[in-house]
Amino acid sequence: MADTGSARAQILGGIRKALNSAEGSEEARRRLATHPRNLIPARAQLPHDRQVELFAAMATEVSATVELLGGMAEVPAAVADYLAGLNLPAEVRVAPDAALDPIPWDQRPTLTVTKGRARDSDGASLTGAFAGVAETGTLMLLSGAERPTTLNFLPDTHIVVLKRGQIVGTMEDAWDRLRAAGGADGGRGALPRTVNFITGPSRTGDIEMRIELGAHGPRRLHILLVED
Amino acid sequence: MQPTTHAFPENARKALSDERLQKVLAIAPAGFVNRRKQAADRLPEFEALRDQGRDLKNHVLANLDTYLEAFESKVTEQGGHVHWCRTDQEARDAILGICRKVGAKTVTKGKSMISEEIGINDYLESNGLTPIETDLGEYIIQLRREPPSHIIAPAFHLSKADVEGTFRQAHTDLPADRVLDEPKVLIAEARQVLRRKFQQADVGITGANIMVAETGSTVIVTNEGNGDLTQTLPRVHVVIATIDKVVPTLEDAALVLRLLARSATGQEASAYTTFSTGPRRPGDLDGPEEFHVVLLDNGRSALLGTEFQDVLRCIRCGACMNHCPVYGSVGGHAYGWVYPGPIGSVMQPALLGVKEAGHLPNASTFCGRCEAVCPMRIPLPKMMRHWREKEFEQNLQPAAMRRGLALWGWFARRPALYHAATRMAVRALGALGRGKGRFASLPLAQGWTQHRDMPAPEGKTFQQMWAEKKLAEKKGKR
Amino acid sequence: MADTRPAPKVGLFVTCLVDVYRPTVGFAAVKLLEDAGCTVEVPASQTCCGQPAFNAGDRATARDLARSTIAAFEGFDHVVVPSGSCAGQIRKHYPELLADDPAWAARARHLSARTHELVSFLTDVLGVTDTGARYDGTITYHDSCSGLRELGIKEQPRRLLAKVEGLTLNELPGAEVCCGFGGTFCVKYPDISNRMVEAKTADIKETKADTLLAGDMGCLLNMAGKLKREGSAIRVRHVAEVLAGVTDTPPIGEKA
Repeated sequence: MADTGSARAQILGGIRKALNSAEGSEEARRRLATHPRNLIPARAQLPHDRQVELFAAMATEVSATVELLGGMAEVPAAVADYLAGLNLPAEVRVAPDAALDPIPWDQRPTLTVTKGRARDSDGASLTGAFAGVAETGTLMLLSGAERPTTLNFLPDTHIVVLKRGQIVGTMEDAWDRLRAAGGADGGRGALPRTVNFITGPSRTGDIEMRIELGAHGPRRLHILLVED
Repeated sequence: MQPTTHAFPENARKALSDERLQKVLAIAPAGFVNRRKQAADRLPEFEALRDQGRDLKNHVLANLDTYLEAFESKVTEQGGHVHWCRTDQEARDAILGICRKVGAKTVTKGKSMISEEIGINDYLESNGLTPIETDLGEYIIQLRREPPSHIIAPAFHLSKADVEGTFRQAHTDLPADRVLDEPKVLIAEARQVLRRKFQQADVGITGANIMVAETGSTVIVTNEGNGDLTQTLPRVHVVIATIDKVVPTLEDAALVLRLLARSATGQEASAYTTFSTGPRRPGDLDGPEEFHVVLLDNGRSALLGTEFQDVLRCIRCGACMNHCPVYGSVGGHAYGWVYPGPIGSVMQPALLGVKEAGHLPNASTFCGRCEAVCPMRIPLPKMMRHWREKEFEQNLQPAAMRRGLALWGWFARRPALYHAATRMAVRALGALGRGKGRFASLPLAQGWTQHRDMPAPEGKTFQQMWAEKKLAEKKGKR
Repeated sequence: MADTRPAPKVGLFVTCLVDVYRPTVGFAAVKLLEDAGCTVEVPASQTCCGQPAFNAGDRATARDLARSTIAAFEGFDHVVVPSGSCAGQIRKHYPELLADDPAWAARARHLSARTHELVSFLTDVLGVTDTGARYDGTITYHDSCSGLRELGIKEQPRRLLAKVEGLTLNELPGAEVCCGFGGTFCVKYPDISNRMVEAKTADIKETKADTLLAGDMGCLLNMAGKLKREGSAIRVRHVAEVLAGVTDTPPIGEKA
């Protein structure tokens, strides 16, 4: 690509000429540094309890299912019962995420638990989440060594463990938490390779505008909302 | 894709006599309209967010160089590559170059209008690669070798029977006696077929709804999850996007996202909104090893500082076409190229020239419904009018229309002559038409009387009657 | 309450189509304005607002006609137009059209600020709530695009129509969708225009109304022409005729 440099120079030069700007703008650099918020809808500006309710209501509206649990100890039974209730195999592929270590899987020996990235044969996955966004019932998941992205998309059933305290009002609140966590990626301040915002299971309306679930990604999204 | 935009009137006539298409058009756009309205009504801040969206994009365009450079430096910092491309050809070559370098054979694709604009599929195919669309609608029309008819619902002109026929023809390794009567079954089959393709692919190409300068991230918004599989499974992720898609910060991305899904499908949020930043990190168990952004200009920067700059605010939601009565009459294919509807009527002349695309800005009643719903408040009718001005300046309009308009303009500038001429015309027409009150045909007005009657004038002009009345009043007073 | 202020002096901008096709609308407008306490004049030097040239891309002609319209209507308190489309041209587009003409920019803005569509002038400026008319029939109302989206005219005609004795309003589904007229559009793209007006007349018939009203002659000629071609008995009138009680002229497209 010998001419990439000149293409770059020409495009930027053309823009500067049209804008009458020689060396970029201080205002723009300030915006990048301070990332001011835009208008935030009032909907999710609520006390935390109400944000949790809103999250569950919005997630349910988009065909996710939400189950409330008293603690991580209840997760194995909840997963086993959920899969059994749908006549699905008692197998789950789990993210090798330290945040999920407190789950006592050995309490349910009939449930086959393996850890790692998703394989084609995996029917159900279980992951954690970084945050839940109340405004739209959206889950925010980050990629990382312990959090393979394929788990969010390849299996037919995606089960997510979300702590109540992880629920925030808006996407902006979630970004702030991520920034406070140093980008949650070794403190480099950069975003993880992939940030997935997931609002309900996969869907398509491409055939005669009828909404069907499970187009390419999971057809079921089950959220285990766990007390802190 | 060879444009047939110059043949818009013929394309439109064909579309109007296509009964199957007309059946779809009678229902589908209204569905989008209703859902958008419900979503907008549900969010009290929606109109204020539109104002902010407009202001944000104006700010971006006024500082485009700074934000593009910031974006590039962040992508590079994270180990990605930015390929600046002036033209569609440069973009095609950049993508082919990336594919060649990794010895790619199969390329999966997420939905991207820019990839349609540069015709990447044909180009990769003619160079021996196999591009596979993975968005269900795009996959269907790729199998049928048709262009999309809508920017967010590319196959919405097809019935499930059409899709069934297409799948039977394409998926010959599946049992011929299988039942494919329901969308659910069709979707399951596509899912199964495409899963294999995702696993085979060496390169995944997606578009970008947004690029974030603050972090060097590209953002895709989908409902199916195909875009995520496209960019997660292959070794290489290529993003193709135009320069106008950059926003400053994550907060600004949030603003655009609040407007996008609601305007497009009436959803509060699409199922998947994904921010991608660089390639796989050390220790990651999945994700692409290479991350490339093909950053395309293709005529955008030339619109800066012109009367068409505002069109660069577009976030490709499709609301303008969903609300357009012309699009609703003829569908997307009549527009003859990548972008249909009001946004196409402004973009296509910019990208193809007024000679090729001059019909589109004329084929509007200026009803203004597009502007009324555009999340970025783009004054689409005004910009269509500006294209008409270009055509007028370049003498590109039909001679009869120009002559008629010139003659009318000459009279309208001369009130006394104008009123005398209208008096005579109205007297003649009034006398002719008074019997029935209307004309079933009129010379010089066939465009009108072919489809509807021409009501007859009353017989005198208002100006004439008003003058007579005033005269009588004066006499009465004396 | 006695109003001792002098009667507002109104210049009526007749519009080409009312002048040529439907003088009745002009006289209805004058009656409505005079009943509301205005003195009305009709400058003889007016012709066309220039919108056909403006929308054809002929800015020079559009600017010429804008200047002569501005000149014709100086000295009035208000300029009133029985059309949302022509009123929109003066209010919304004149200032932009003449923005770079130092001799005319301020005059264009001045005219823009004083110009009103007829029905919204009655309700919003004069505060008229009841025109005292009677009309025995069931009507439906089409919102013409320019009036609706450029000038925000939606509730005003409905408020006044609700007070017309004997009148029932059946709302038109899709009342905000264009009828397919669009000035020269209807002759440049007759097939598309026809599809649009067909959809419109189907909706109109659905309402079971016996009368169709709207505030713009272009749309009315288009919809009346289609209804008559389809053999429909639905009567078509400009909203001003009904509000003024001036309904002795045959409906649009019908014989005396």
